[in-house]
Amino acid sequence: MKFNKAIKNLFIVLFSTLLISACSTAKKANVDTVDDVYTGTDTVEFLAKGVPDRIFFATNKSKLTTASRDTLRKQATWMRKNKDVTVTVEGHADERGTREYNLALGERRANAAKDYLMTYGVSGKRISVISYGKERPVNPASSPLAWSQNRRSVTVKAN
Amino acid sequence: MKKIIFILLLSTLSWNSAYALITVDITRGNLDPLPIAVSPLHVDSESEKITSFEISTLGEEISKIVEKNFKSTGLFNPLKKDSFVQKPDIAHLKPRFEDWRLIKAQALVTGKLLIKNNKLKVEFRLWDLTAAKEMVALSFTTTPNNWRRVAHIISDKIYERLTGESGYFDTRIAYVSETGPKNQRVKKLALMDQDGFNTKYLTLGNELVLTPRFNPTNQLVTYLSYFKNMPRVYLLDIETGIQEVVGNFPGMTFAPRFSPDGKKIIMSFAKDGNSDIYSMDLETRVVEQITKHPSIDTSPSYSPDGKYITFNSDRSGLQQIYVMRSDGTQVKRITHGSGLYGTPVWSPRGDLIAFTKVRKGRFYIGVMRSDGTGERLLTENFYQEAPSWSPNGRVLIFYRETKSDSKGKGFSAKLWSIDITGYNERRLKTETDASDPSWSSLLSK
Repeated sequence: MKFNKAIKNLFIVLFSTLLISACSTAKKANVDTVDDVYTGTDTVEFLAKGVPDRIFFATNKSKLTTASRDTLRKQATWMRKNKDVTVTVEGHADERGTREYNLALGERRANAAKDYLMTYGVSGKRISVISYGKERPVNPASSPLAWSQNRRSVTVKAN
Repeated sequence: MKKIIFILLLSTLSWNSAYALITVDITRGNLDPLPIAVSPLHVDSESEKITSFEISTLGEEISKIVEKNFKSTGLFNPLKKDSFVQKPDIAHLKPRFEDWRLIKAQALVTGKLLIKNNKLKVEFRLWDLTAAKEMVALSFTTTPNNWRRVAHIISDKIYERLTGESGYFDTRIAYVSETGPKNQRVKKLALMDQDGFNTKYLTLGNELVLTPRFNPTNQLVTYLSYFKNMPRVYLLDIETGIQEVVGNFPGMTFAPRFSPDGKKIIMSFAKDGNSDIYSMDLETRVVEQITKHPSIDTSPSYSPDGKYITFNSDRSGLQQIYVMRSDGTQVKRITHGSGLYGTPVWSPRGDLIAFTKVRKGRFYIGVMRSDGTGERLLTENFYQEAPSWSPNGRVLIFYRETKSDSKGKGFSAKLWSIDITGYNERRLKTETDASDPSWSSLLSK
């Protein structure tokens, strides 16, 4: 089951990548979320060249997608190369959940990212986490697109 | 805030309960509110002048607050004063019942006040006009600056006499004041009287603060602060302004609430992606872990007898409401309907749990019995959550947010109240946008 889902996710990611590149010059179609997870590039910043700072989540979930794991591996590689860098992983939720639950959810998302960075060789001592729940939306709109951009964890340089 | 001593003296005027006196039924939505005349309080001509406010209109002002309180319940219909037929001082001595009945009033409130030696002495009476009888007669003394509270206490005593339940007017609301754009909200702890007056800000807005909750004696507030970017549960003494971190946790603590005896704070502690429920004894500082589960357990609230805790957890895969013994044993899921359930809060009467429900993208405030049966959804909207009970368990206050456009415009957060009958939904006036309300208990009992 899990394997099937992973394959499915992979195909969706591949497919949407194709779609995005196909549509990049034409009118932008509504392909910015796949399975409720934001796959676009708006709002994304970079820790270094080719190292995106954030990953996105499905509603009420903290599971890492294939694309998220890819981003986190890039972050881990960059952190292993830059041994002095410490980071804070900020976990966020969208505005469509109760405040306290969202605080817990943001913490769970930030830790999912932290755990993955650690599996790829970054010491936990270099990573602190903080949850902002739904308190710091990156996109203040009330729309499914904004909510998908706000369900995120962002790795921020702390020093 | 100065401690204020109210001296309440119950007059010994006897009323005979054998008479069928007027009562107001508050157990269902009241579509036929009781017509009540609130005569301005007579200001005794021997009253001293006070520099801080005008004395001559004080009786009128107090009666207006009483009327506003009554109107807000939806149970009473305060009649227009221009139809009143008797002067306040004469009506207070002995109303001409037939004259008041002519304007269709069924109950009458009269009173007088005197300021002497910098003390405000107030006396008021409630009259049943149909039975031509006095129902309540009370007098009390306080400092003149407390005149708004005088009006709230009068309201409470009359509400109590007419409904048979304690009132909720001499109370305060702690809440989070919000200003600024949606993605850069400035949040401060704020405190106001139940009717929106006397707003005080308890923090400056330098750090994010959330979810203030009163202790049972209303002197302390526990809340979440991001001071130094470390989200922790804090305790604030309203009188002294002294703040302290609750416990020594190596990570985020949140969702605090007092135990009914005020001795403990219950809250969530998040560690390594898992939130569990803990309590801390404020005197001994002993910390106890209450839930131990790899899911999110949060928003705990004690039953009024302290024996049980209700909380929400996503251990089933989705956010649902649970009840357990206060030591963490006998965990039982109580919500099974379709949708998500959160923010359970036990009624001060013990019979009901109020909650937020999310279903098909809509948010509901509802109540159910503490075993999860008898669910009633009271109000539906785009976004609303965090109910808090009036001290008599008849009204819920909560906050509601509006949709914003692609630039974040159109967003607002406001406080609302609704009776547990599902009737009488009202917006509470606040100086700024507001969220996370906590209703105090009665200030004078």
